Amino acid sequence: MEKREIEWNPTEVRSIVERFRERPGALMLVLHEVQKRIGHIPRDSVPIIARGLNLSRAEVHGVITFYHDFHSSPRGRHVIKVCRAESCQAMGAEKLAAHAIGRLGIEFGANTPDGEYTLEPVYCLGNCACSPAMMVDEELYGRVDPQRFDSIIASLGERRR
Amino acid sequence: MTRVFVPRDSSALSLGAETVARRIVEEARRRGAGVEIVRNGSRGLFWLEPMVEVETAGARHAYGPVSPADVESLFEANFLSAAKHRLSLGRPEEIPYLARQTRLTFARAGLTDPVSLDDYIAHGGYRGLRRALEMSPAQIVEQVTRSGLRGRGGAGFPTGIKWKTALEAPATPKYVVCNADEGDSGNFADRMVMEDDPFELIEGMTIAAVCIGAEQGYIYLRSEYPHSLRMLNLALGEATRRGYLGSDVLGSGRRFNIEVRLGAGAYICGEETAMLESLEGKRGMVRFKPPLPAIEGLFGKPTIINNVISLATVPLIIERGGDFYHEYGVGRSRGTIPMQLAGNVARPGLVEVPFGVTLRELVYDYGGGTASGRPVRAVQVGGPLGAYFPESLLDTPIDYEAIADKRGILGHAGVVVFDDSVDLSHMARWAMQFCAIESCGKCTPCRIGSIRGAEIIDRIVKNSDRQANLALLGDLCDTMANASLCALGGLTPLPVLSALRHFPGDFGLTSEDIARAKLPG
Repeated sequence: MEKREIEWNPTEVRSIVERFRERPGALMLVLHEVQKRIGHIPRDSVPIIARGLNLSRAEVHGVITFYHDFHSSPRGRHVIKVCRAESCQAMGAEKLAAHAIGRLGIEFGANTPDGEYTLEPVYCLGNCACSPAMMVDEELYGRVDPQRFDSIIASLGERRR
Repeated sequence: MTRVFVPRDSSALSLGAETVARRIVEEARRRGAGVEIVRNGSRGLFWLEPMVEVETAGARHAYGPVSPADVESLFEANFLSAAKHRLSLGRPEEIPYLARQTRLTFARAGLTDPVSLDDYIAHGGYRGLRRALEMSPAQIVEQVTRSGLRGRGGAGFPTGIKWKTALEAPATPKYVVCNADEGDSGNFADRMVMEDDPFELIEGMTIAAVCIGAEQGYIYLRSEYPHSLRMLNLALGEATRRGYLGSDVLGSGRRFNIEVRLGAGAYICGEETAMLESLEGKRGMVRFKPPLPAIEGLFGKPTIINNVISLATVPLIIERGGDFYHEYGVGRSRGTIPMQLAGNVARPGLVEVPFGVTLRELVYDYGGGTASGRPVRAVQVGGPLGAYFPESLLDTPIDYEAIADKRGILGHAGVVVFDDSVDLSHMARWAMQFCAIESCGKCTPCRIGSIRGAEIIDRIVKNSDRQANLALLGDLCDTMANASLCALGGLTPLPVLSALRHFPGDFGLTSEDIARAKLPG
């Protein structure tokens, strides 16, 4: 997988921990916030989080690696999640998945070399009545065929320009 | 001002409802037409979304599915006066799909602006809570028990018994937790409640809190539902601001607050004990039971855990009485069940009906058969852990016991339709693979069995020592079903065994092979 360096500030992580530390079950809240701010959960932030919440580094690492949403390395500017669960499969999700791989030139779980896109599988977006479904960042799309996939990806490029 | 309704349910938005709403505003401005846009919820007729409704003389008229390109022609045809257009659907409540349903839990979905508390109250909201505040905890439990309501999340456990157990548990503080980790493919009813009528869920949780004396509630929401999060937080903010939540709920002197907590993409966290671990900030590892969460749940304290639909059904039960709800349904399955029709189906959507309707009525009368126009071959009922039903079993009524009788589960009542292009050996393999991806890893049958299961299916399909591998798969399924800690490992055999039993040809097997193998279950 392509490696990108992303600048992050330990002080920011410390202030996130500070903000949530009194809340019950704070670790999940902290990890979500760190990932939202930095885009991933840098390995070197683990000791900071652990110390701040009075947990072991192993405990923090264990939680990060348990959940599909948490990532220890940087991801693309846009995260494309293609649903591969049953309802979408019944409507051609596998064809869509193959198309996505071909169009982006990467396998599921990988980033494009330019750091633009990450392709991920997802098992249900709750849009089963409009299968096949996909989500780009936090935007949900329904009835996605290969053609619509291409136009959605194209519109991402345009939005930035 | 003419009121025009454009839904802002996730599914409607995923089909361009936002652009449609914007185009209507632009077009109205250009023509100098007085239009007030109301962002309502969805009625759940998803093949018609985005479904736009216009209100004239107190009646609504629907048009759909509306694409942004249709907006100009709608104005040309004078849709603001409910005039005919090629997308006209007539009065929404008279569309047969909707007219034939019994909307109790989903009575308001699509009618109201989901985050308008005034709209909620105008449509009967908060009558249940007001009533509950005049009742004793035992009376509340009594009504919930009498209603016959069973957990709609999948397990079908009587809600009243859960509440009674939590009520009688001596420890404090107590918690109310809503399981909104709706991860099953083909299921979207929880999402619809949260986006299309969130106050109903909030009211239900508040009644549960009043009943057991809880001061804090949590909604554990899956991260795949960012729009639900926005809608819930808007509704929670409004309810708190208006005194329906907070330090003095409706002047009763009771304190109750609700916080939404996000999951992080782990299917297993829909299992209630894994969900509690996750809420506590840990890996979502399944706990041993007992102790029951009602006695030792969140942070080791008595906790009511209910699915979104179960909680959202409580306000009506308290308002109208348990007997009212119990009158609907059949056998031990009382009330209505919000079925969700998905996959390869011509008319996908939400179908709330009394228990007892058959799968065939659902798939054909409501669903209109497949979207592809090809024959229906298999129907998976109850999510990824549910059985595949062949055409010959579609006369099975929707009822917890009747479905179990056919070696299936009702689960969260999602139904995924497949046409004749489906390969059931692939779907069986996928069931094992999904279990392997999502297993929490605590127990061996689930963690290892699922991986071995996929490999064995590969060998059967490749015709490598077929009969011996079939026997091995049967044995493995038996172990998973009986020795797994929770429903993930325990129910994964259901789709696998049903695929083998009803579609042996897809594996290169015959019915005789299946009979000889003496499969479990």
